[in-house]
Amino acid sequence: MRIVADTDLCIGAGQCVLTEPEVFDQDDDGTVVVLVENPEGGQVDSAREAVKLCPAVALSLQE
Amino acid sequence: MTAQLPATLPITRGCPYAPPDEHRRLRDEAPIQRVTLPSGETAWTITRHEDIRAMLTDPRFSSDRRNPHFPLLAKGQRINTGFRASLIGMDPPEHGPARRKVVGEFTVRRMEALRPRIQEIVDQHIDAILAGPKPADLVKALSLPVPSLVICEQLGVPYTDHEFFQLHSSRLLSRLTPPAERKAAIDALRDYLGELIERKAQEPADDLLSRQLEQQDDREELVSLAFLLLVAGHETTANMISLGTMAFLERPEDIRKIQEDSSKTLPAVEELLRYFTIAEFAVSRVAVEDVELGGVLIKAGEGVVPLSNLANRDPEAFDHPEELDIERGARHHLAFGFGAHQCLGQNLARMELQIVFDTLFRRIPGLRPAVPLDSLPFKDDASVYGIHEFPVTW
Repeated sequence: MRIVADTDLCIGAGQCVLTEPEVFDQDDDGTVVVLVENPEGGQVDSAREAVKLCPAVALSLQE
Repeated sequence: MTAQLPATLPITRGCPYAPPDEHRRLRDEAPIQRVTLPSGETAWTITRHEDIRAMLTDPRFSSDRRNPHFPLLAKGQRINTGFRASLIGMDPPEHGPARRKVVGEFTVRRMEALRPRIQEIVDQHIDAILAGPKPADLVKALSLPVPSLVICEQLGVPYTDHEFFQLHSSRLLSRLTPPAERKAAIDALRDYLGELIERKAQEPADDLLSRQLEQQDDREELVSLAFLLLVAGHETTANMISLGTMAFLERPEDIRKIQEDSSKTLPAVEELLRYFTIAEFAVSRVAVEDVELGGVLIKAGEGVVPLSNLANRDPEAFDHPEELDIERGARHHLAFGFGAHQCLGQNLARMELQIVFDTLFRRIPGLRPAVPLDSLPFKDDASVYGIHEFPVTW
């Protein structure tokens, strides 16, 4: 599984960082930074949760 | 689908904990249907969680409040204020870059850095409550000053002026304010912020408005932004503090749960946000193209009013949605909206609520309402639901 982030769509809501700070971060202007592109184990579920919560539909998963 | 229910908006809640029965009837009998607005104009209401998420991420629905078909819920709101659109009224391609200029001020990390100062503000106000007379009004003593002080410090607005902007904010948020008074409140706030920004241009300080001035010269856009953040930062969190405290006081077992395990407070905050959905009408839109939504054709030029409070109790999205269950995991609620305009201050609000509930019940374990809860003056006449006064004792 690979996390794909569209930084043009990102609005900096921070929902992904709140969900899984080991996988997602924000840069200084709020834009998403994917720390772990290919999550494994427990991070898989939280990556799914982050994708579901992203209000800007900026995150997706390639299975 | 478009059953003929004689529906008008807004409808008074009746029960302080729940959407009005008429709303529930709307969702059950016709989840998307036409309603009449106070102006006599018609719009669509949508009530399903899935439909609201779909609409709020669809660029064919516009946020532009200057659009003559934009659905408004108070008479006299369609007034020409000569005011530049703020973030909430912008569409792409204008919205993205404008939001990006300020969103760095609200990142999860920036909010975390504010935590000690917010804790200090909460502690000082609880000190004052404990030292003062009983009963105390929770709204005046804690709910309103905490978020108000935090947003003022963040923006660089002198808190000594708080009576001035609290008065004008509450006039703006009341649906009963006559149009002329509404315009006067907008003008007063705009003039005040315009002068403040001029002063900051001369003497910059370490605050959001000064930092924004370094990035941009467009003073009007900055006044609009300051206006939005100040008004939005005042009443919303304040009302959630009051309503959340009320809900906790009715459920001592929930107070015990968060006292025994503080990691339960943040999920509890999410559930309270879902349960009360205080800005239930905050995310209206107007279609700029014909769109099929949930099996209904919405035509270009038609307004759509999502009823987020019903979506947040949609049984398709939440099990036993009428129950307040602080451990349910309610993060996908729509209390902060959804889509590109989702609340800019949401993580600040979360942190303030978490700190307030953790601190309040730890420091005043005997806290209790000083009047029967059903006698509290609820804000049935305001765009943001809440409580006007909340006498508490201990």
